[in-house]
Amino acid sequence: MKIHEYQAKEIMASRGIPVPAGTMATTVDEAVAAVAALIERSRDPVVVVKSQIHAGGRGKGTFKEHPEVRGVNVVTAGIEGGVSAAEARVKELAGQMLGSTLVTVQTGPEGKTVNRLYLEQGIDIDRELYLAVLLDRSTSRNIVMASTEGGVEIERVAEETPEKILRAEVDPAIGLADFQANALARGLDITGDSAAQFVEFVKTLSRTAADLDTDLVEINPLVITTAGEVIALDGKMAFDDNALFRHPEIAAMRDDTEEDPAELAAKDAGLNYIKLDGTIGCLVNGAGLAMATMDTIKHVGGEPANFLDVGGGATEEQVTQAFQIITSDPNVEGIFVNIFGGIMRCDVIAAGIVQAVKNVALQVPLVVRLEGTNVEEGKRIIDEADLDVVSAASLREGAEKILELTRS
Amino acid sequence: MSILVNKDTTVLVQGLGKTGQFHTDTAIAYGTRMVGAVHPTRAGTEFHFEGETDHSGVPGRDDTYSVTIPIFAGVAEAVEATGANASVVYVPPQFAADAIMEAAAAGVELVVAITEGIPVADMVRVKRYLEGKTTRLIGPNCPGVITPGECKIGIMPGYIHQRGKIGVVSRSGTLTYEAVHQVTQLGLGQTTAVGIGGDPVNGTNFVDVLRLFEADPETEGVIMIGEIGGTAEEEAAEIVAAEMSKPVAGFIAGTTAPPGKRMGHAGAIVSGGRGTAVAKIEAMQSAGIVIAETPSDMGDAMARALG
Repeated sequence: MKIHEYQAKEIMASRGIPVPAGTMATTVDEAVAAVAALIERSRDPVVVVKSQIHAGGRGKGTFKEHPEVRGVNVVTAGIEGGVSAAEARVKELAGQMLGSTLVTVQTGPEGKTVNRLYLEQGIDIDRELYLAVLLDRSTSRNIVMASTEGGVEIERVAEETPEKILRAEVDPAIGLADFQANALARGLDITGDSAAQFVEFVKTLSRTAADLDTDLVEINPLVITTAGEVIALDGKMAFDDNALFRHPEIAAMRDDTEEDPAELAAKDAGLNYIKLDGTIGCLVNGAGLAMATMDTIKHVGGEPANFLDVGGGATEEQVTQAFQIITSDPNVEGIFVNIFGGIMRCDVIAAGIVQAVKNVALQVPLVVRLEGTNVEEGKRIIDEADLDVVSAASLREGAEKILELTRS
Repeated sequence: MSILVNKDTTVLVQGLGKTGQFHTDTAIAYGTRMVGAVHPTRAGTEFHFEGETDHSGVPGRDDTYSVTIPIFAGVAEAVEATGANASVVYVPPQFAADAIMEAAAAGVELVVAITEGIPVADMVRVKRYLEGKTTRLIGPNCPGVITPGECKIGIMPGYIHQRGKIGVVSRSGTLTYEAVHQVTQLGLGQTTAVGIGGDPVNGTNFVDVLRLFEADPETEGVIMIGEIGGTAEEEAAEIVAAEMSKPVAGFIAGTTAPPGKRMGHAGAIVSGGRGTAVAKIEAMQSAGIVIAETPSDMGDAMARALG
């Protein structure tokens, strides 16, 4: 589960990690109202207005409706014009940003609607660094990743100058040890008071990651101010969905407006659904087989409309919901059901398919491939239901048949 | 021969909810030697299973079975009383990591964790706990392990399997069934099929299983089925090139998966340009692994690799 920057900073602040002063706003009025207090609190006339969406690259992103406005804007009007000038500029910006569509390298061309802004104090930056805590799958442990190359995409750093990425493995029984934090500080060439602050910062961050079951914590950039303070200028956190049961306060931070409605509906129905751009809907049991089904559709020249895994023990109701979710996508021109029943019996799935097709009054061609437990009985149920269903003997044959049907 | 499990494997079940009961029953029907169960509040009682024998399993048995297994409060007591050398974990995700560690502490040689949805941090701690211990963990979030005709631990349908000469190792459950089914239809059969699971942190990786298959005299060829995410397939390809004399066929799921989207399995995600299907397929091909273009071609790819 992803959260917004302002939420990540709330969490960090609550655990003693230094972040700039800031206020979240959902309306223009709230944004304007935050300015005076922010300037007073930080004793700095500069205010930054940041779009809050679940995607990176906001600083360089622009709005569809206002191509001249960036996703993150530094308001300097207050330096000469005082609070009222800053407020006027924030009012103008907030009006343009809220409700508009921000397009960044990570949102795709369709962009994302900005419903929340984060207003933050300006910071005088001396150095921009990179810091993250994430799982290293090859060692089955979290690692702290750090780099002197902050403020740019870390993937590019990894590609072009991999020697500039420092790593420290976190022993789950011990946490990040002092010597490791000290070595990172030296590696990043942080000296004096800042070094001590950094050591505390990275140890707390690593502990936070472990305590809160994060998938990823990324601070890019982590800055050292001209006054030598170490502070998180940006903050990104994503959490392990499987561990949310023990973090209700974090589960409550989910912003449903950031999620695809069909994907949310699927989640609530206990289905695993991801919308894609193609025209062939897929309904499959098992994540690996679902991916392989998408691949096979592509291999025979089609484009999958979705990933959908009904899981190991889907009920008739879930199959019906799966059909509803797939057909709610207007791009879907045909559906391919691919089931290898292990524990799931083919006769049960077949009955579910028959019921679902009747319930949703299916308007597009349907190809069904059944294999596994009680397959003969399953095929008989589908044949006798007198539906417009084409059956296939293998995954590949099924993919070819649905493609043929959608093209005829 | 086979790997990991055989006719001498005796199995405890941890977690006797609906799922655990159902699969214990099908395992007994298959002929697996289920010898005890662990359940803290039902300790001292027994569980009875009876029904029609699955004749695709261990040969030479009666048409029906009637088996009673004792329930113990903890794994240590169960091991002491039954001498079990394996356990299968159906415990719910929030308690599963503890169940795995309990089995390891009791000296169980093989722990097969079927449970899906265990927090990653829990598995990180489990891996740390298992360091220096002799216990081998398979899974979690996997279909289990089967040596056809001898022992079935897990949730795979027994009847698609046939004893033979191919080893199967996979991150995906249903894709394992696809491969097994095709290998059976071609008459090659399997020595052992191992599901290593779809989570980012798992007990046993491709590399471990490939080495076991290489050392098993009965296994003549191996199918390995991977998917996007991580670099386990790339590491496996290096081992295949460096250490394996036996032919290997492979398939990678997720060629069409978009970056940043988690494809069902917690481990199946392409992020930051890492873990792509293309990189994995290239690494496997350069290690001499015969790649199946679609999952329908896995059996044929194995046959081609065997020559």
